[in-house]
Amino acid sequence: MEEVDVEPAVTNIPAASDGKHLGFAWGPGDILVYETLYKASGSGCSFIHEVRKDEDIYSPNLRKLFNESHHIFVGLQTIREDLPSKNKKPQFVSISKNYRSVIRACMEELQQVAVSTKDAEVATQYGNQVSILLAIELIWNLCEVLTLSGSLLLHLLDWVRLHKADVDEKAAEVLQSESPAEHHDYWDVVVSYVLQGRLEEARQMLVKQATLHPAARKMYKLMDTLLSKMPFYNPGGTQTLTEFDVKWRHWHGEVNRCLQDNSFASNQHLEIICKIIVGDEDTLLEHKELLSTWYHFLVTRLLFSHPTVKPTELHYYAQSCMTMFLDARSVPEPLDNILLAAFEFDIHQVIKECSIALNNWWFVAHLTDLLDHCKLLQSHNLHFGSNLREFLLLEYASGLFTHHSLWQLAVDYFDNCPEFGRVYLGLQIEHIPLDTERKALKVLRICEQRQMSEQVRSICKIMAMRALRNNRLGSALSWSIRAKDAAFATLISERFLQDYCTRGTFSDLDLIDNLGPAMLLSDRLTFLGKYREFHKLYGEKRFSEAAKLLLSLMTAKIAPRSFWMTLLTDALPLLEQKEVIFSADQTHELMFCLEELTSSLNHSAPGTDKPTQDEDIEQTKVELLRLALARNLAMAIIKEGTIEA
Amino acid sequence: MFVARSIAADHKDLIHDVSYDFHGRRMATCSSDQSVKVWDKSENGEWHCTASWKTHSGSVWRVTWAHPEFGQVLASCSFDRTAAVWEEIVGESNDKQRGLSHWIKRTTLVDSRTSVTDVKFAPKHMGLMLTTCSADGVVRIYEAPDVMNLSQWSLQHEISCKLSCSCISWNPSSSRAHQPMFAVGSDDSNVTYSGKVQIYEYNENTRKYAKAETLMTVTDAVHDIAFAPNLGRSFHVLAIATKDVRIFKLVPMRKESASTGPTKLEVQIVAQFDNHNSQVWRVSWNITSTLLASSGDDGCVRLWKANYMDNWKCTGILKGDGSPLTGSSGQPTAMSTVVGSSVQTSQNALNGMSAGRIGKRAPFAPPLRQLTSPKTYQHPAYY
Repeated sequence: MEEVDVEPAVTNIPAASDGKHLGFAWGPGDILVYETLYKASGSGCSFIHEVRKDEDIYSPNLRKLFNESHHIFVGLQTIREDLPSKNKKPQFVSISKNYRSVIRACMEELQQVAVSTKDAEVATQYGNQVSILLAIELIWNLCEVLTLSGSLLLHLLDWVRLHKADVDEKAAEVLQSESPAEHHDYWDVVVSYVLQGRLEEARQMLVKQATLHPAARKMYKLMDTLLSKMPFYNPGGTQTLTEFDVKWRHWHGEVNRCLQDNSFASNQHLEIICKIIVGDEDTLLEHKELLSTWYHFLVTRLLFSHPTVKPTELHYYAQSCMTMFLDARSVPEPLDNILLAAFEFDIHQVIKECSIALNNWWFVAHLTDLLDHCKLLQSHNLHFGSNLREFLLLEYASGLFTHHSLWQLAVDYFDNCPEFGRVYLGLQIEHIPLDTERKALKVLRICEQRQMSEQVRSICKIMAMRALRNNRLGSALSWSIRAKDAAFATLISERFLQDYCTRGTFSDLDLIDNLGPAMLLSDRLTFLGKYREFHKLYGEKRFSEAAKLLLSLMTAKIAPRSFWMTLLTDALPLLEQKEVIFSADQTHELMFCLEELTSSLNHSAPGTDKPTQDEDIEQTKVELLRLALARNLAMAIIKEGTIEA
Repeated sequence: MFVARSIAADHKDLIHDVSYDFHGRRMATCSSDQSVKVWDKSENGEWHCTASWKTHSGSVWRVTWAHPEFGQVLASCSFDRTAAVWEEIVGESNDKQRGLSHWIKRTTLVDSRTSVTDVKFAPKHMGLMLTTCSADGVVRIYEAPDVMNLSQWSLQHEISCKLSCSCISWNPSSSRAHQPMFAVGSDDSNVTYSGKVQIYEYNENTRKYAKAETLMTVTDAVHDIAFAPNLGRSFHVLAIATKDVRIFKLVPMRKESASTGPTKLEVQIVAQFDNHNSQVWRVSWNITSTLLASSGDDGCVRLWKANYMDNWKCTGILKGDGSPLTGSSGQPTAMSTVVGSSVQTSQNALNGMSAGRIGKRAPFAPPLRQLTSPKTYQHPAYY
């Protein structure tokens, strides 16, 4: 397939260009550009320019379009593959219509804002957006007619009627006037109705003229009969093609005869109508103003000259109508080429031309996705059909991801891209700013649901680090538990213990009390949890349990050696209780612990000349402990002996 | 593409580097004025300078952010032969209210005897590691073993490249199938006929980095180099800024089980563009590696994109229009923002040309000629 060659778009940056370089830096959503010089010195103006890619993404007016089309997209993805295509077709048509009605709704809203705003620049901007949406809807509708609908011509007529709605406005104006038949737009309306094949409405209008001119009554009656008798072909109906053909030829002959015998010669307007319905091309081309587009001309010409046109013949008529309609000097514009490609059933070309002519991916991504679901891309001999779909969806979703809230919609698009969707999501979601805990949890949930363990871990680590930097130990601990980050949990547990040593109380009790199995993440965290448990038991006056736990913290080597002195000091009040709490055996073990600690301390601090004050205090502590232990041992032995006796 | 806003950076001299943080909410700038500035983006998208300080005693070439898992950490490198690591300190609350942040120097890395030309953090899965390369041809890899104590950095590897180095890039792949890998580029003008890009790979057995490949086809000075995000592929993609833009594919060959040497790489050139006419100075990938940007002597930034059939093309050009905004240098706060864009230039001509063809249109008439309206050709979405 041939490439469409386009010149790359140039964006002007307010910076000097001669001999200067432009430096740049990629961000998640935009690119920063600044003036600089590589390999030379010199001065430059120090401005940095934030350049964005997708303007539409930031338009508040299009939010609705993005949001609502997202719902439709998700719905489309759930249509089951295995259903017979016959059952699916109506579903696809209704989805296509839903997309179009979202476009319409968005367009109407924009139109209102554009009209009501006083700022001329804003009005122009909105006006442009409206015209782009109009073009999109026009193209989409045509693709829908050509690929999804039966009875081609009838749908093409609907298509033209929908996009040439100014006839109705004009008609309303005429009908509301005092004397419609004398209104200066009267005949324009009648002819427009005929051009659009709205013969019933044309007849009703003609009645008004007929009553005004009783003398010409017979002529009006004849026209009314011709119009009412015109056969329409509906391939889905009961009528066969041959039956219709016979009927149509008969009618056509009748109109022709009227023209030949000058039945309408006395009224130029009726004569024109007669020429139109007989399919006279020159007459049609004289009404360019009313037709306004070559594709309207095409549909009218088909209606009155080739009512049984087959899809395969369309491109021939389309091409010739375009040539006939456009002036020799004008070249077709993007929209012309896009519509022509559609009439040629070259869906791929339509998508390609649209990607170039429109600046957003919304349209091509959604249309391609729909056509791919209808299996229309394959049937047009495009072996890379699904790749094209994914390519466009990825582009669209990546654009959404640069927006501070629309990124959430993008997740579903990525989910439906089997090849690269997951990798893209992984790369993009990491860069979502985690401004608040709530937002972090939102991002986290999305990653967890998709088992993106690396991203989950990273988010938790970032949050843990941030909490720690801000001295929010509890939050830091819970995030690092979520991250299963043992090293960091150790570090934070250490901080908790330090804080306890200096302040004598624990912060974040709720969290530490409810650690549960998470406690096992790191040794230090286990110790923190157990140590807090000891405090709880002590507070609840469950002394013997508390004592047992305290001892086991040391004997099972859960407590770091540096903390033993604190633990032993904690044992003091238990030893001083009237009741014997530590048994003789337990007291022995405590004594061992104390000896182990003091001997290691002595080793590590070889003979200094003078004991410092700290060492004095430490020494006093040890002596106090020894005394308490000895007394407790004595009491315990007595007590244990007494009970046994 | 359009200019959303312009920010007066207020550096006293040339800006050499601008770097976004991981989430795109902060940026750092560095300049010949020997300073680094940190900028924070507010809720409404405005940039505010929250810190500005003298970092080096020479031009600061590059500034880069560590991954946020390691906190708020910056590294800079300079003509003064050093690289430095900076950490933001959570300060007093009144500082925050005034919109200021405090950065303190955690370490100065003084091993280089010449200008340090590039500084990069290694991929986060390797831990907190910093790499520098310098004009004396040495790549140095430092590690902070304790992420809570950034004043301790140990020099883990010193790799002599034999050529004056200008740039380094780490392969971001965190796949277990890939050993840590980086590429180093050289702008050495004394040696003409040798490859100017070398790829090094970590060897688990020797615990050292060994040269895996030299790109022999790149013999001109290399100014910048960038590995693309991996996308879960088995091969690597490398962009090079030399006398043109080049994109290479590096395909690891199947290893023989007995071999302990570095992975052999099959080097394929994917694209080569000389649109910048002369030297290309910077190359860089966007997050998903769907776009490559390059900056060159033609004064333009060019955007390159592959379509779904992997054909690369230039899809956008950012170009100075010759009308520099003049800085409001008197303002120390430097927060003036010039909103608006200079994008629209010649659309009126386009509109005017086609307007006459089809006459008037009702508000809801078909768009027709409007498709040539400003936005149409403005941003071709290449595919």
